[in-house]
Amino acid sequence: MSIATPSRQESSNAVLDGPMLEVKDLVVRYGRGRKAAAAPAAVDGVSFSIRPGETVGLVGESGSGKSTIGKAILGLQKTAGGTISYQGKEITHAGTAERRSLGGELRAVFQDPNSSLNPRNTVGASLAEPLRLRGVSAGDARAKAEAMLERVGLPREAVDRYPSQFSGGQRQRIAVARALICEPKLVVCDEAVSALDLSTQAQVLNLLADLRDERGLSYLFIAHDISVVQFLAQRVVVLYRGQVMESGPAAAVTENPKHPFTQALVAASPVPRPAEQAERRTLRESMGVRTASSVSATPGGCPFRQRCPLATELCAAERPALRTVGESDVACHYA
Amino acid sequence: MIPNVAPAPADSTAAAAAALPKSGPKAAFTKVSAHRLFASPGGVAGVLWLAALVVASLTAPLWLPFKTEDQDFTAVLSGPTAAHWLGTDELGRDLLSRIFASAAGTLGTSFITVIVAVGLGTILAMASAALGDRVEAVISRVTEIMMSVPGTVIILAVIGAVGTNIPVIMAILGILISAGIYRVMLGQAKSLQSQLYVDAAKVDGVSTLGISLRHVLPGLTNTIVVQSALIFAVGMLIQAGLAFIGFGPPIPQPSWGGMIQGASQHVYDAPWLMVPTGAVLALTVLAANAIGNALGKAPNAAASHLPSAAARRQRAKAVAAVGAAQVAAGTDAPPAKGQLSVRGLSVGVDGGPRLVTDVSFDVEQGTVLGLVGESGCGKTMTALSLLGLLPSGVVATGGQILWNGKNLAAATDREMEAIRGRDIALISQEPMRALDPMFTVGYQLTSAIRRLRKVGKAEARKEARSLLEKVGIVDAGRILKTYPHQISGGMAQRVAIALALSGRPRLLVADEPTTALDVTVQAEILSLLRSLVKDTGMSVVMVTHDLGVVADICDQVAVMYAGQVVENGKTANILDNPRHPYTLALLAADPHANHAADMPERLATISGQVPQPKDWPTGCRFMARCQFAGSACAAPVPLLPSGSEDGLVRCVKADELAVEGLEWVATEVPTHRLLDLTPTRTNVVEKDMA
Repeated sequence: MSIATPSRQESSNAVLDGPMLEVKDLVVRYGRGRKAAAAPAAVDGVSFSIRPGETVGLVGESGSGKSTIGKAILGLQKTAGGTISYQGKEITHAGTAERRSLGGELRAVFQDPNSSLNPRNTVGASLAEPLRLRGVSAGDARAKAEAMLERVGLPREAVDRYPSQFSGGQRQRIAVARALICEPKLVVCDEAVSALDLSTQAQVLNLLADLRDERGLSYLFIAHDISVVQFLAQRVVVLYRGQVMESGPAAAVTENPKHPFTQALVAASPVPRPAEQAERRTLRESMGVRTASSVSATPGGCPFRQRCPLATELCAAERPALRTVGESDVACHYA
Repeated sequence: MIPNVAPAPADSTAAAAAALPKSGPKAAFTKVSAHRLFASPGGVAGVLWLAALVVASLTAPLWLPFKTEDQDFTAVLSGPTAAHWLGTDELGRDLLSRIFASAAGTLGTSFITVIVAVGLGTILAMASAALGDRVEAVISRVTEIMMSVPGTVIILAVIGAVGTNIPVIMAILGILISAGIYRVMLGQAKSLQSQLYVDAAKVDGVSTLGISLRHVLPGLTNTIVVQSALIFAVGMLIQAGLAFIGFGPPIPQPSWGGMIQGASQHVYDAPWLMVPTGAVLALTVLAANAIGNALGKAPNAAASHLPSAAARRQRAKAVAAVGAAQVAAGTDAPPAKGQLSVRGLSVGVDGGPRLVTDVSFDVEQGTVLGLVGESGCGKTMTALSLLGLLPSGVVATGGQILWNGKNLAAATDREMEAIRGRDIALISQEPMRALDPMFTVGYQLTSAIRRLRKVGKAEARKEARSLLEKVGIVDAGRILKTYPHQISGGMAQRVAIALALSGRPRLLVADEPTTALDVTVQAEILSLLRSLVKDTGMSVVMVTHDLGVVADICDQVAVMYAGQVVENGKTANILDNPRHPYTLALLAADPHANHAADMPERLATISGQVPQPKDWPTGCRFMARCQFAGSACAAPVPLLPSGSEDGLVRCVKADELAVEGLEWVATEVPTHRLLDLTPTRTNVVEKDMA
């Protein structure tokens, strides 16, 4: 079923030793001028890397900067500092032409399947757009689009239809097909399943897992739901207010969180087993984490300190550096 | 590739008159415009008139009875005669000939204004939207200056410099008007530029120009067409006005403005002279405006949030029918105070499919009932019917909603108004929608308290403060003074809950109250709701798709599928020991149901999707997607006791499945089952109602 060309396979083998993507000390600020410089950065010194074939999950609350990081990697957001390297090549400030020369190896699936496809273009036209940009003939692009649609579980005839004729789950499949049609190596999935119903969400998650296993893809999987991330990711990076709080193997971070914020995040995610959920609730309420709405952002120190039950003066004075605790890296003085 | 959307020559004229750029991707959209144009009688009349005018004008030399300069001194200032159908002017020239001979020039030069104004405005707007804040700031300042200079003075200055060169004057006019067009287009272009498919194209490496042309311009087509029609009318009027004050084409040449000017000198002795030219000018302007209106009409402009008078009449009729049925059936023993009892409730589109059928459940005082299911299963419709807030055109068609001895399904709007907010309150998914951005939190809260509790201003303020404290807001004093946009989503949901509590409701209908919130905030809101239920003894009907939320807060749960309750009972029984295959499948598909250690390689899925109401079968509605379906499932399935306490389940195989202990297994989705592409329209209708 794979339509990957042999030459592409070889070229991907050649770079297996280095990371697929490396983000180093990334800083993103919104706005311009002195006012923006004074405000806390949306992304503040985030570093992580993705190995070939690996899925890294990026989790955090709204406003934690997780989507901003995805946008910066895709070149949709200007960065204020740090570097982003794709296969050893720096792409932090890459322009349109340079990105095009990546040959469609770096692709994206966005959250809202309703607006990630142009409603005025047929599905076929949307799928063909990235191929046509790379000089594929109209006939070949159409054939590829049909094959790709079939791969994501949609009929070939879908090429001539418009996005509005599909359900949300089907549209997200089309968005996945569009991302994968130029045989990418790294796909940024920004909340790719959070707008979907449970059963459709499971279908799309399985599809992403199938395609990963089939083609050796790497994913940067951005989501607010740690359980969804846990299904797909081998490693998880937890963000809070633009900073990495904890990162490590998915099982370690979700089952045995070290950072107080990760603990709060995991404890707050409800499980559909009433007895266990009652225990989790008691545990969460006993943790003493203050509500997000009761505190305002103040720069300096640990960003989580105002909500943290463990916080001391040290946390206000000094921003904790990431240090290895067990299997994970944790940015906490007291973890 | 490009479907020809011009069914008649008339359309090609309209398209030309409207400067409609056509290319491949826009074809579908143009089709919609054309469809809209011909759906309205005004639009059809406008197109016909303009087409006739252009054809008549272009073929004028072939059929006109007189030349424009031919003078007939035997019939000066005559009314309509057999020789001169529309009469003659002061020099005995034939009006019909002069009007139609000058039409092409008038229309053509107005068209120059359209092209310059709309073209320039659109290009500037797309450039502003594509090239970022700095470029936008420069272009916007320039257009502001353009809008602030007096247009008439500029036009007269141009005439002074170049003479009465009509095409040049009309082009200058177009430049002046383009500033206004830019303003209209900018917002739309910016919103299109922020669409995710534009981001996707950027990731592909599509250039800025490519994005503007391929993804932004097609989205602007509708506005372009409408503005073109309107500017066309404006251009004609201004041109006629210029000719009227003597800046038209040189004297012997006919022009509409010049002819009206001539007629105005004979208003007393030959009033008829004004009529033909005036009428033609007025009709042409009207035609252009009619086309603009027809094209600009939003496709669903008729649909409104508030029920129309017709919808209210429908409701009254349905209410009477439900009431009559209730009398015929006789009521059961009235339920206890504070208990909600829904019996056989059906909700449907009036004259269309049913959206909810035969739903029954009870909510005891001080308990929480969860209505759970995927989108399109009717859970929101069921919840909204409790408040009498069904969207217009949707009515309760049968069954009873018993609350304090009253059947709400048969209550009138006035009766519902007395209950809503006081007895039964609503909190919705989007807290910001419950709050008016124009007023402070404090104002909204106190006015609700004053209205619902009939107390004075000072007392209401005190009460508002204590309500905010009750929903866990620490600095209530500050929050009272803020506007809704100044607070976070979690805070806004707390305020919305406080607003819902202001009438001291006994039943709270919560429609996905935590779906839009972060999990940490969701946990806080759920804790808050739990303590409110405990402290005030109110009941809650909680609509949610999240089984974790159900496990956390609900005492009872009703699982809905395709407008029916398929399983109903105590939360612990249903989630720990599901009896209906749909509940089983939902739990298997939920990644939260698994620990990291035993996370499966693939999640279980349910093939296909929830069927549309019109496609509901007579038998089990889940049959087509069910792994355990057999021939017995094709017959109607009643809701029967499941055997675990008071639980009910709608599955003929429930006992068999329970005995065998079957599990919903992860399945690869069969491609053929995904083939059912639903038509656009029903999809949209569903979404509006959901």
